Amino acid sequence: MNFERIKEKLSILADAAKYDVSCSSSGSKRTNKNKGLGDSSGMGICHSYTEDGRCVSLLKILLTNHCIFDCAYCVTRKSNDIKRAAFKVQEVVDLTIAFYRRNYIEGLFLSSGIFKDADTTMERLVQVAKKLREEENFNGYIHLKSIPGASDELMREAGLYADRLSVNIEIPSETGLKLLAPDKKREDFIKPMQKVKNEIIQYKSEKKLIKSTPIYAPAGQSTQMIIGASGETDAEIMYTSAYFYKQFNMKRVYYSGYIPISYDTRLPSIGTEVPMLRENRLYQTDWLLRFYGFDIRELLNKEYPNLDSDIDPKLSWALRNLQLFPVDVNKADKNMLARIPGVGMKSVHKIIQARRFRKLNWEHLKAIGIAMNRSKYFMVCDSNKFERKDRTAAQIKSLILQHSASKYNTTYNQQLNLFSSIETPVAV
Amino acid sequence: MMTKLIYDGTFEGFLTAIFQVYEEKLTNICIERKELATETFFSEYTLVTTDVCKANRVWKGLSRYCAAEGKNNIYKAFLSECDGIENTLYHYIQRSLSEKQNIAKDYADPEILKIAKTVRMVNREKHRMDAFVRFRLTKDGLYFATVSPDFNVLPLNAKHFKNRYADQQWLIYDLKRNYGIHYNLKEVYYINLQLSEEVNNTSKATYYFTEEEQAFQELWKKYFTSTNITSRKNMKLHVQHIPKRYWKYLSEKTPNLKK
Ligand code: SF4
Repeated sequence: MNFERIKEKLSILADAAKYDVSCSSSGSKRTNKNKGLGDSSGMGICHSYTEDGRCVSLLKILLTNHCIFDCAYCVTRKSNDIKRAAFKVQEVVDLTIAFYRRNYIEGLFLSSGIFKDADTTMERLVQVAKKLREEENFNGYIHLKSIPGASDELMREAGLYADRLSVNIEIPSETGLKLLAPDKKREDFIKPMQKVKNEIIQYKSEKKLIKSTPIYAPAGQSTQMIIGASGETDAEIMYTSAYFYKQFNMKRVYYSGYIPISYDTRLPSIGTEVPMLRENRLYQTDWLLRFYGFDIRELLNKEYPNLDSDIDPKLSWALRNLQLFPVDVNKADKNMLARIPGVGMKSVHKIIQARRFRKLNWEHLKAIGIAMNRSKYFMVCDSNKFERKDRTAAQIKSLILQHSASKYNTTYNQQLNLFSSIETPVAV
Repeated sequence: MMTKLIYDGTFEGFLTAIFQVYEEKLTNICIERKELATETFFSEYTLVTTDVCKANRVWKGLSRYCAAEGKNNIYKAFLSECDGIENTLYHYIQRSLSEKQNIAKDYADPEILKIAKTVRMVNREKHRMDAFVRFRLTKDGLYFATVSPDFNVLPLNAKHFKNRYADQQWLIYDLKRNYGIHYNLKEVYYINLQLSEEVNNTSKATYYFTEEEQAFQELWKKYFTSTNITSRKNMKLHVQHIPKRYWKYLSEKTPNLKK
């Protein structure tokens, strides 16, 4: 291995890949086979954290940053004057194995600029995964990017070696896409997604009949949207997201605050702040949909097209629906407990367990670890001390904001915690 | 008068102490590790002789009311080595046996809550070790790492590493407790070594480790810096995820050597 040359390629191709925020390495069921290398059956592990506080769990690189397309929001775009490089298939294989054996990573996340055409690029990505599985007996995690426009045949092969496949739609609306990536068509994204979805369903049902059926993309598929590059509302973004979850059985939709990388006037100019708080609110909403039993229409609709920035989406919802509160923590069902602002899913489970032994009072709730600042206005327990006053939503909101030590700091930190956490739901 | 039971610090020793409590029908007791035990004038103390048979009987007996999860929690909380954890665990065992039911989730009992919290801390440290172990390839073909976890978690890590690195020899050594776990391509063994202090000394690296080892560490470090997004920098969060006491084991966090 020519270490100097590899080092240079690595710095270019890791730098170009870093804007894809997916870092997940969990959800696969691939176990170690025949005493080979690796196992990805557990929860993904963050082996390190970058200085921006994000999890490092996969070797995330592009195979090459040569690209025939010119998407305005992308550093790799054809018209951008940057250094270009390309890895050889074997180089990626060797690097992945060497890093994995040293316990640096959970596996590989390989994406690529589109050189020549979609199929040639996709084929090369598949080659890397195939080599890792077949020649190196590697059972670590592999996430491959599906190249928009790649053929069904290649997508089928990709899923046989990869744990996860993803196509990033990047721009939430079709008009935005037309403006910023005129060479790309929405169908080109949808087609591989549809193919992957169908294959997953088919392989699963075959596996039920024939045990030896190979697993197909066991960690499912994901996608990413860039936030704040084109003018969509939060409602447009989240309805798109809800559609992708439903239509393609997405495991995850990622939201990535646009990082200004271009002087193109169609985009926010360089120096514009990364919309991290907004990104956080979208993730919170996403969590509420997936783990807390909310319907998107409850959180965002014609009257409320955008999320509040000063309070989290669950609190906003509760303030609009005060008639449903206070909730009795000793009686309410799981669904309703999960809707109390400030009470996360973990706390919900603890309450349900602990109340089997005795009726819970404020002390118990505090000891279990429930943050009272937000929740106390929305629940009652085994105590006659509770918030009796009939307060208006505005009053409650201002009381809560007053008592958050530093409201921007708390939301800001929470946001980043959420952002870097892997698949664990975080209290919202 | 309080009876103090002093045991050798092993898990079997602790379970033997519990056995003794029930056999001798002792009440008002306190269990302490030998290295921490202090003599006082106000209590009697008994030295417990570790007996694997007795320990096993207690361990089996616990299955009835504690279930696998409860037993796991007892073991994990014990590994925390926290002061006084033995007495908290005794309280838990006593309640389980006398109430004849699984009380693991009775979080409104402060001692039970304490066990749950301790288990969480131990689990967290275990996961940190899964994540932060950095193997270096020695000239003998052994993937070698040193750690010094806050709690005695290596016994919990063995399975994870065995499943994952089934085709390579590895050794993870706890410098604080002076023992390690070693996998020889078949089984994982506990091992005690006379480790030279030099082994973590960068200037001696070429003596112990392969030539390529250093190059891979540099590639990793290069990757680590290239994948960072500077406009999102947040050191507070960074340190929260990787507390500074772990940095010394992470090759990506060691400063660049100026030649
Ligand atoms: S096709 Fe992909 S790599 Fe190429 S410019 Fe568009 S987004 Fe960037």
